[in-house]
Amino acid sequence: MSDPTVADTRRLNSKPQDLTDAYGPPSNFLEIDVYDPQTIGVGRNRFTTYEVRMQTNLPIFKLKDSVVRRRYSDFEWLKNELERDSKIVVPPLPGKALKRQLPFRGDEGIFEDSFIEERRVGLEQFINRLAGHPLAQNERCLHMFLQDESIDRNYIPGKV
Amino acid sequence: MSFFSFGQSAQIDIVLNDAETRKKAEHKTEDGKVDQYFLFYDGDTVSGKVNITLKNPAKRLEHQGIRIEFIGKIELYYDRGNNYEFVSLVKDLAQPGELTQSRTFDFEFTNVEKPYEAYTGQNVKLRYFLRVTVSRRLNDISKEMDIVVHTLSMYPELNSSIKMEVGIEDCLHIEFEYNKSKYHLKDVIVGKIYFLLVRIKIRHMEINIIKREMTGTGTNVYHENDTIAKYEIMDGAPVRGESIPIRLFLAGYEITPTMRGINKKYSVRYYLNLVLIDEEERRYFKQQEITLWRRGDVVRKSMSHQAAIASQRFESSSSDEKALAHAQAKEQ
Repeated sequence: MSDPTVADTRRLNSKPQDLTDAYGPPSNFLEIDVYDPQTIGVGRNRFTTYEVRMQTNLPIFKLKDSVVRRRYSDFEWLKNELERDSKIVVPPLPGKALKRQLPFRGDEGIFEDSFIEERRVGLEQFINRLAGHPLAQNERCLHMFLQDESIDRNYIPGKV
Repeated sequence: MSFFSFGQSAQIDIVLNDAETRKKAEHKTEDGKVDQYFLFYDGDTVSGKVNITLKNPAKRLEHQGIRIEFIGKIELYYDRGNNYEFVSLVKDLAQPGELTQSRTFDFEFTNVEKPYEAYTGQNVKLRYFLRVTVSRRLNDISKEMDIVVHTLSMYPELNSSIKMEVGIEDCLHIEFEYNKSKYHLKDVIVGKIYFLLVRIKIRHMEINIIKREMTGTGTNVYHENDTIAKYEIMDGAPVRGESIPIRLFLAGYEITPTMRGINKKYSVRYYLNLVLIDEEERRYFKQQEITLWRRGDVVRKSMSHQAAIASQRFESSSSDEKALAHAQAKEQ
């Protein structure tokens, strides 16, 4: 063994990186946009839907580019499914805003533009955080939420 | 004569024979204070003088005997009532009688066995000390002097590197390598992390040194985990095929040698914890035990020898430069 007083701090040898790996698209591309809020219906039966677009190259998702329309209660359904079936700590949703649904408000309540925008941002953060979680990616409910045209509430929960 | 400590009739001092030449080492006390103590090794003789000074030279000091002890003991903080002395030596300095004037006594504990390193931890303490006791009818007068003991090891014959592939299926695969499994306290951890598959968005990677102290047996087992060091080794998102180097100098951290089953009472073990943190603060980690050992003080080799080693490292890089210059010349 060479002189023990001076430690050898030279780097360990490593394989040079393949240039297509170095400069190619990363394998972790996942982006979900929540946008284009549309309020549907009239009077008391109105509700707002948002477009949820996912672009990814993760092999676990069947579609690399998908677009669906979802409303707030659909996000709530997803949160509840995951809290019940998986061990993950589900990120928080933006608030339910029950106060805004009471009558005799001066403004549009839950259909107020600023509120919808606030909610849109919160939903986008929520779904991006969730979809990036390796354990959430195993749950059928997440895939159904993101890539099936409509959510079948009578589905059989399970792993992908 | 009093029942309280002040106004003691005599003062005891313990002075080592080699106080001028013996090295001192820093050691932390139970309340966190750092102090300097004389440093001893296994087999060292502990010898010196005990000075007993009478506070009031006119008053005689009656006693039932004067003795000095060398004690090595383990104190479990949650079980202080019980006594675990693993070294206990006594020398009588004076038979029962009386002291009419201040006196000095010589003592020597020859080639004392000191099998374990002195250690002050979170739930346990191992200490060595000299204790002089002047026995009296109502209350003894005593004085203790702590010393520090270090246990030294030789360079291990076998010191294989640690190399492992770990990951989460279809999500994150890495191969990590540390150049040794046994490191001395002033060593350098040299390693690398090679990324085989990266399907998560990593924000940064760090390596932590964790100290785990386990005390007690059976129903009374206490585990204390302490993160001694946090060292960021990568900032940003890696991709497949990337290699991240590790170079972690141990000399700056508060570490002790690995201690396993000391007198069957406690263990102190060290782990390297490799932690990857993703964009959503999720943590992925892999813990690996390393053995730490204490090297004896190394004699400084001559400067020319150290310069020879430094130039050896330069040679390999300068030969690359020559090859590059040669290739450039050829192109022209």
